[in-house]
Amino acid sequence: MGSDGFLSLRNVRKSYSSNVILNSISLDVDEGEFVTLLGPSGCGKTTTLRLIGGFETPDSGDIIFEGKRINDVAPNLRNINTVFQKYALFPHLNVFDNIAFGLRLRGVSRDEQKKLVNEMLELVDLRGFGSRSVNSLSGGQQQRVAIARAIVVHPKVLLLDEPLGALDLKLRKEMQLELKKLHDSLGITFIFVTHDQEEALTMSDKVVVMNKGEILQQGSPIDIYNEPANAFVADFIGESNIFPGIMKRDRYIEFFNTAYDCVDEGFAPDEPVDVVLRPEDLLLLNEGDKSIQKADCLLRGRVISCLFKGIYYEIMIDVEGAGSYQFMAKSTIPEDPGREILIDIDPENIHIMKKSSIETITMQKHRFMHDPNKNRKDAPDEDD
Amino acid sequence: MKTTKAAAYPYVLWLILFTAIPMLIVFYYAFTNEAGSFTLMNFKDMADYSIVFFNSFRLAIISTLICLVLGYPMAYAMSKLGRRGRTAAMIMIMVPMWMNFLLRTYAWLTILENNGLLNAFLSAVHMPELHIINTPAAVGIGMVYNYLPFMILPIYNSLEAIDNSLIEAARDMGCSSSQVFTKVVLPLSIPGTVSGIIMVFIPAVSTFVISKILGGGASILIGDLIEMQFLGGTYDANMGAAISLVMMVIITLFTMITNKIDKDNDEGSVLMS
Repeated sequence: MGSDGFLSLRNVRKSYSSNVILNSISLDVDEGEFVTLLGPSGCGKTTTLRLIGGFETPDSGDIIFEGKRINDVAPNLRNINTVFQKYALFPHLNVFDNIAFGLRLRGVSRDEQKKLVNEMLELVDLRGFGSRSVNSLSGGQQQRVAIARAIVVHPKVLLLDEPLGALDLKLRKEMQLELKKLHDSLGITFIFVTHDQEEALTMSDKVVVMNKGEILQQGSPIDIYNEPANAFVADFIGESNIFPGIMKRDRYIEFFNTAYDCVDEGFAPDEPVDVVLRPEDLLLLNEGDKSIQKADCLLRGRVISCLFKGIYYEIMIDVEGAGSYQFMAKSTIPEDPGREILIDIDPENIHIMKKSSIETITMQKHRFMHDPNKNRKDAPDEDD
Repeated sequence: MKTTKAAAYPYVLWLILFTAIPMLIVFYYAFTNEAGSFTLMNFKDMADYSIVFFNSFRLAIISTLICLVLGYPMAYAMSKLGRRGRTAAMIMIMVPMWMNFLLRTYAWLTILENNGLLNAFLSAVHMPELHIINTPAAVGIGMVYNYLPFMILPIYNSLEAIDNSLIEAARDMGCSSSQVFTKVVLPLSIPGTVSGIIMVFIPAVSTFVISKILGGGASILIGDLIEMQFLGGTYDANMGAAISLVMMVIITLFTMITNKIDKDNDEGSVLMS
């Protein structure tokens, strides 16, 4: 929390009538960073972006950009540009004029305009498209025009509001890489909004996980994935087995009435916690395997179902003592439903988190049980 | 395919009966004399009425311009209102239109006539009386009043259709509020504005009721002229048909030219309103 960061939000609060959208969030962005705001619909991520862009003003708190408070500075006076969710290209202008729009406002000469726009067209791989009508372009092409239009005036910060939401999966992956490349070559600070955790993890230097108007965790993609701050983050950032446990003492966790070694410490004795096990960390063994002797944490269960998912099998397991809670494992080897099985878990892979609200947990369990594909939420995200 | 075609027959029949045949009759009359033999005299004689054409077009153009100057800001203000405000404004514009056209025009007669409401008000506040009735100004007022909604509504529709994100994008790119208007809002509202101009100009240039009631015969317009040929003392259906034909050609040209301006402005993109 440096006092004079490049771009900072300080206790920013925003509500519409009685509906609190952002509940006192604070965020620091470094120059040149690729920051992703990640969260489900209605978590406040788009509002955060609109506050930075100047399309909304905070009810309280400060937005500080290059040492100046910019709460009330109009969008046209901020050196910050936006790539809008639905591109917002000007339909009465062709591709060239769309990109040159900002240059003309800044009084750039005709020759210079031509040079800069052509450079941009080159950069976004649309050479020769200048005279085309924007309506004749595909979604991906419109996307690139929108990006070119925003970066041709060299903003300090580029805000991207779910810019890949409308593209198909293949194009999306391509654009992810292109955007990342663009970010690295331009050195502009990118603030990217998405509800797609994979996108966030792939592209960002820093991921900011939001829910219900609050920032739950911010950190590098690896930190967020490996050390989720709570059950919500763990669940949102990747498919997880999340269930309640009790921290008996340091490095000793009890769940489903059995205690195991783990590596976490710093909890009160007998503190109720949430336990997170990544499906890919569950090692499935059969009775008689040699490695059973070495196993520290061994669960016993029965295979309920086994679904082929392409690069892995998703295996649902009824674990002894776990009641109706089913574990999900990912394995490259299929297992027959009905078969008895052993699950080996490395103590390092048992993630212990402070208890979050009961409500969140039950909600997650529910989604987890019924919608294993929840992380690929393709539905367009209306954030307001 | 066959059934689709068959379904179109009633419409084709309709078009032939009520559009094609009447048009042919107008053509026939326009190019013949009373005896029924071919002539171009109808068009030559029309030159006598050139002052009527001039007056009609002048009045229609002025009325259309006034409607534009009044209507655009109104439509713009409406598009900025909240949902309730828009509904209220829409009702205020629409409700008078549900009233009979003649009634509305006669109402203006009682307002504008020499002993009418306007002059009663003016003399009450010790201002000099105005003599508006039976002048082209009275006809102009009647036209503007009656046709203003036809200007406002298409402009309002095109303004309302502008996605707010386009306005935000313009702001984002560096437009001040007035630049947002000149660079984005105005160009995108051109199609609606062109529709409005056509929808006001065409009835204005061919009206006869308004000029009859409010103009008192002092200023004859093309509409009156045509009416006189068929119903008036100077019965001459051939001449009436010829004038109608010329009007039709002029209006078609006018519409084509305005649409062309619209298209050019649009730079060939597929923005249809």
